[in-house]
Amino acid sequence: MQTGFDFTVIWTNITYFFIGRFPHGALGGIALTLYLAVISCILSFIGGLFLGLMGISHNKPVRYLSTVILNIIRGMPLLMVIFWMYFLLPAMVGGNVNESWTVIMALTLFTSAYMSQIVKAGVEGIPRGQTEAALSTGLHPWQAMIYIVLPQGLRNMIPSFVNQFVSMIKDTSLAFIVGVSELTHVATQINNRTIIYPTEIFFFIAVIYFIICYAFTSLSRWLEKRLAWRR
Amino acid sequence: MFKYQFDWSVVTSGKYFEWLLSGLYTTIQLSLVAIVFSFLLGLVIAMMRMSNVKPVRWFAHGYLEFFRNTPLLVQIFFWYFGSYKILPTVINDWLNKTNFEFGAAVIALTIYTSAFIAEDIRSGVRSIPKEQLEAARSSGFSYVRSMQYIILPQAVRITIPPLINQFLNLTKNSSLAMTIGVMELTYQARQIESYTFKGFEAFTAATLVYVVLSIIITLMVTYYDKVVLSPMKAR
Repeated sequence: MQTGFDFTVIWTNITYFFIGRFPHGALGGIALTLYLAVISCILSFIGGLFLGLMGISHNKPVRYLSTVILNIIRGMPLLMVIFWMYFLLPAMVGGNVNESWTVIMALTLFTSAYMSQIVKAGVEGIPRGQTEAALSTGLHPWQAMIYIVLPQGLRNMIPSFVNQFVSMIKDTSLAFIVGVSELTHVATQINNRTIIYPTEIFFFIAVIYFIICYAFTSLSRWLEKRLAWRR
Repeated sequence: MFKYQFDWSVVTSGKYFEWLLSGLYTTIQLSLVAIVFSFLLGLVIAMMRMSNVKPVRWFAHGYLEFFRNTPLLVQIFFWYFGSYKILPTVINDWLNKTNFEFGAAVIALTIYTSAFIAEDIRSGVRSIPKEQLEAARSSGFSYVRSMQYIILPQAVRITIPPLINQFLNLTKNSSLAMTIGVMELTYQARQIESYTFKGFEAFTAATLVYVVLSIIITLMVTYYDKVVLSPMKAR
């Protein structure tokens, strides 16, 4: 065993770990990790809502379509989804696509599939009587969903959404593979430059990821308790 | 894209087909080894998490939280690049002599997945009524024996579906091993892409393998749920 850790490599590169070359260059590091996670989370919430509502539709072809999409996405490793986006997006857009957006699109598509399960469970958790009451007061099925069922269901889904956000933060590390300079990529760059401190560097970013993710995991547990109490 | 000439023969025969096959073989090999180890380690951690000795319980709790809340990719890099400073020299020498990429991937996958498996096992055990353990203890079984003969056999039956899902996740996660040069399925697909520019064909083939595998396993779990678990719950 070679003893002796030297954590000065962390302190000399600390701003690079946190914000990359910003403000003189592109945003990177932890800031970019959070940026990617937040944008993809918002988009995949919308995607998950659509897929989830498709999954509980009364229209059979729509329901089957959502099952097929779900099974394909969930059967693929995220890395595969990123590669597909890397190939397909430029072909579909007809030009170069920013790597960050490639990753955001891949994360969105991938996480939408998981979000849709949360949406489905949340909506199915609302008693059927609520929908029936809404329909009998003359609301259209869509109105009943948007004004009556979803607002109540969404509240119960909040803890699961926060958990999904935690997975999202962990998943952004895969952006490394297409060269987006988020935290993991920044760490490999610093590791390539300094060579002899891999243990310190990767332990440090593991701790950073842990602090961020653990904070949100705790938030989700707290919310779960609070929401259970209010019900 | 629409001027693209599809050539499926690239991936259905010849050298590149063999690459894909060898990639699939490595994926299966890596996954199976990590599945066995992560199940055993997960079982140990779950038992520690439920122990009556406080420090043991805290250690297991810290282990679970740390490895569940850290990206797998970072863990892979940590073991691949950084393990030489924390592992004993004997293990380092052995790892360097053998296939270190494979070894590091197995270590990372095992530790990462064992944290999830431990939680699944724990919730399985908790679903068995406490009275069973009390009854076992009062008829003279020790704690370990009552776990072994009474609680675990029942808990395992309940835990099988979530466990299989974890194994499936592990198999999909094993694709990350390509980042440190393990020549598994995703690695080979990318390799074919860079040799032939036939990215669509290569990635379609690899995707199909993953999706088919996952659908088969999901169907099996659904069947198990219906045939084995539902009657058990109804009892």
